[in-house]
Amino acid sequence: MTMENGVDDSSDQFPKGMRVLAVDDDPTCLMVLETLLRRCQYHVTTTSQAIKALKLLRENKFDLVISDVHMPDMDGFKLLELVGLEMDLPVIMLSANGDTKLVMKGISHGACDYLLKPVRIEELKNIWQHVIRRKKFDSKEKNKTRNSDKPNSETGNVVGSAGTGKSEQNGKLNKKRKDQDDEEDEEQDNGHDNEDPSAQKKPRVVWSVELHRKFVAAVNQLGIDKAVPKKILDLMNVEKLTRENVASHLQKYRLYLKRISCVANQQANMVAALGSADPSYLRMGSMSGVGHLQALSGSGQFPNNAFRSFPPNGMVSRLNTPTGLNVHGFPSSGAFHLGQSQNLNNSSVEQLKYLSSIVPVNQNSVHGMQVPMGLDPLQNNKGVIPVQNLTTGIDAKTNFPVSNKLPDPQSRVTSGADPPLLGNSNNALMLEARPQDTQRVIEYENLASSVPSQHSELPFSLLDQGRYSDNWSNAVQSSGIQTGSYPSSESFRQTAIPATDNMASLPLQEGNLSVSSSISLLPNQSYNSLIDTHSQSVILANRTGHVSNNDVPFQGWDDHNQDGSYPSNVVCSTINTVTPVSSAVCHTPMNSTLHRNLDFNYGDSLQMKRDAVAKLAAKETSLKPHLGNIMNQQKSQQSHFSNNVGSLEDLVSSMMKQEQDEMKLLDGDFICDNYSGGISM
Amino acid sequence: MEVGQMQRQWLDYTRSLFIEGFLDGQFLQLEQLQDDNNPDFVVEVVSLFFQDSHKLLNDLTIALDQKSVDFKKIDAHVHQLKGSSSSIGAQRVKNCCIAFRNFCEEQNTDACLKCLHQVKQECCLVKNKLETLFRLEQQIMAAGGSIPMMELSF
Repeated sequence: MTMENGVDDSSDQFPKGMRVLAVDDDPTCLMVLETLLRRCQYHVTTTSQAIKALKLLRENKFDLVISDVHMPDMDGFKLLELVGLEMDLPVIMLSANGDTKLVMKGISHGACDYLLKPVRIEELKNIWQHVIRRKKFDSKEKNKTRNSDKPNSETGNVVGSAGTGKSEQNGKLNKKRKDQDDEEDEEQDNGHDNEDPSAQKKPRVVWSVELHRKFVAAVNQLGIDKAVPKKILDLMNVEKLTRENVASHLQKYRLYLKRISCVANQQANMVAALGSADPSYLRMGSMSGVGHLQALSGSGQFPNNAFRSFPPNGMVSRLNTPTGLNVHGFPSSGAFHLGQSQNLNNSSVEQLKYLSSIVPVNQNSVHGMQVPMGLDPLQNNKGVIPVQNLTTGIDAKTNFPVSNKLPDPQSRVTSGADPPLLGNSNNALMLEARPQDTQRVIEYENLASSVPSQHSELPFSLLDQGRYSDNWSNAVQSSGIQTGSYPSSESFRQTAIPATDNMASLPLQEGNLSVSSSISLLPNQSYNSLIDTHSQSVILANRTGHVSNNDVPFQGWDDHNQDGSYPSNVVCSTINTVTPVSSAVCHTPMNSTLHRNLDFNYGDSLQMKRDAVAKLAAKETSLKPHLGNIMNQQKSQQSHFSNNVGSLEDLVSSMMKQEQDEMKLLDGDFICDNYSGGISM
Repeated sequence: MEVGQMQRQWLDYTRSLFIEGFLDGQFLQLEQLQDDNNPDFVVEVVSLFFQDSHKLLNDLTIALDQKSVDFKKIDAHVHQLKGSSSSIGAQRVKNCCIAFRNFCEEQNTDACLKCLHQVKQECCLVKNKLETLFRLEQQIMAAGGSIPMMELSF
């Protein structure tokens, strides 16, 4: 195990000698970047392949990663997510394309900065701040958790995640990292007074391969559903490892597993769900759900808010099944007809990937689901309600296409042809399916399969309510983007998840959450837009009148079909801005990751997931059984959701109206264009 | 020709390249990155760019020649070319790429072909210009002189 002491030790020399890994497939740019970085006196390693980059990251210690967005072997956003999940390092995105939506996508996926090519040396001279910030926040997070054993410190949670949380909280999608950073600072101030971050800086734990292996072995030994940080810590028997460290890592891990399983499940579910997608249903779920969540939670902080309103257990289960988790949720929920477009939108697979792209939920109906994920057990009802609604409304047909679209949220929105609402979950599905049902079906299958896996993870975390919140906050904080976003996105996603089985549960959520958003999306077009939670959130945002950016992201999406995941991220962010609750905010970061995976190269993501799953399978043989447990747990949780659904419904319906209007306004071109573009990813 | 004269010639030539828009500020950055530890940095990067762009342009030609044009792929290639050309400061090439991408979005094959032709031309032009510049530099170095520091003050 490698332990890194606080920044203090190396602060004298820092940022000199900072270990940077540069990844770019363009040799010219890579060479220029390397030289620039060396000029800044950093220790540079370069590679032109993302896969090789991951290998290097696992074997060596790095402080920061700079990666190009467009790479042939792996999407930059995907790499971003993986790095955040596995190594929890700050990642800076690099691209020649500075479109707002792309930048948004990057931020929502958890990038701590987004640079435009050609890169100037002045910009590189300051990148070390991201490393410091992350370390500082992580320590703070851990301190906070230690002091207050509850997940209440939303701020803490938010802070932890390298600014991703911040973005969520603000709900201001447009804000770039800077804002995020600023917010983080504020958050910290708001944090426990008795905690002085600098004084209580805890050493940052680096999860090396060896350490992670021990962790996984411990988790397997205990059983994924029984794995609690304390026990894992005891089993691992590693010095200087705290319960918080394990807790946050467990959070991330769960999301990761969920994502993988979700993808697999989603696909299966999707296929089933395709038949019954109901666009209207989707609408309900996705947007309204989100809205509700936010209202419910009330607090700006996403992770907390979103989760608060929904009973963690209840919500989780729901989410997991149909929407957020995608895979698991659907099959179990039954009620979730997901077959409807909503489910599709959920493209739960993708959503799962995101780990908690809560935002997406809105889109599909899964929304309802997602929210609950993070929420405290106390709150819950909201999440439940939406779920219920979802099931009723969703008709297989419409929903399906919608959900698929995840990858291209923006385009989706405008097109509105498909029941775009699904947004998150749909996105994944939508992306591919959009124009044709058959296509969608196929996609769904993929998603469904993936989704289930994801779900399992979700419920898992949710189940562990007490811990969950703890972990959640920890996860959110430490994992930065990925973990944090995962839960939230998951909750959202759940509603959207088209998973056939889980779909039932999804509708509920989505209905509530994404009502507004989904509605608008569905009718219109592009599935893609729907899928992308972004689009939904955008719509949502418009509705509430808060989000001003909505339009912007949408339009930009066309270009970024390739990114796939982008839409989802956008949605999330927009939603966040819209709702004060900030649940949306949370979504952004999370969703982005989820969406990202889903949307983008669905095939790729699946492949990755499969690979990941394979890895996991190899590592943990008990994964499957765990998933089964999770499913059961989800079911129990779902009951909680029903309570919340009611309130969400109202919200959803109001949102739906708005969205519908919005949708009309949306430019269909985007979706169409995106669609074609996205698909070819 | 004596060193001083060659250096002035070099300066004038470089300035003209900037004024005509062949190069932009990024090129200056590259020059500033070149130092004793890295004496041939600029030449290396520029050579790398031309090798890479040559391949990209070939791929683009083939892609646009297909019966059913894959605009996504073309857009990806052009995007990469835009990125690398902007990294070395080849401004005109970069601008051509921007226009090229717009036509890609519109899926206008004819316009894309025209753009491709234009990009090829611009690449050739800037390649020749830079080769001339480097030759001048070599001559200065051979004569014992040093390359003056270029400042964008015009």
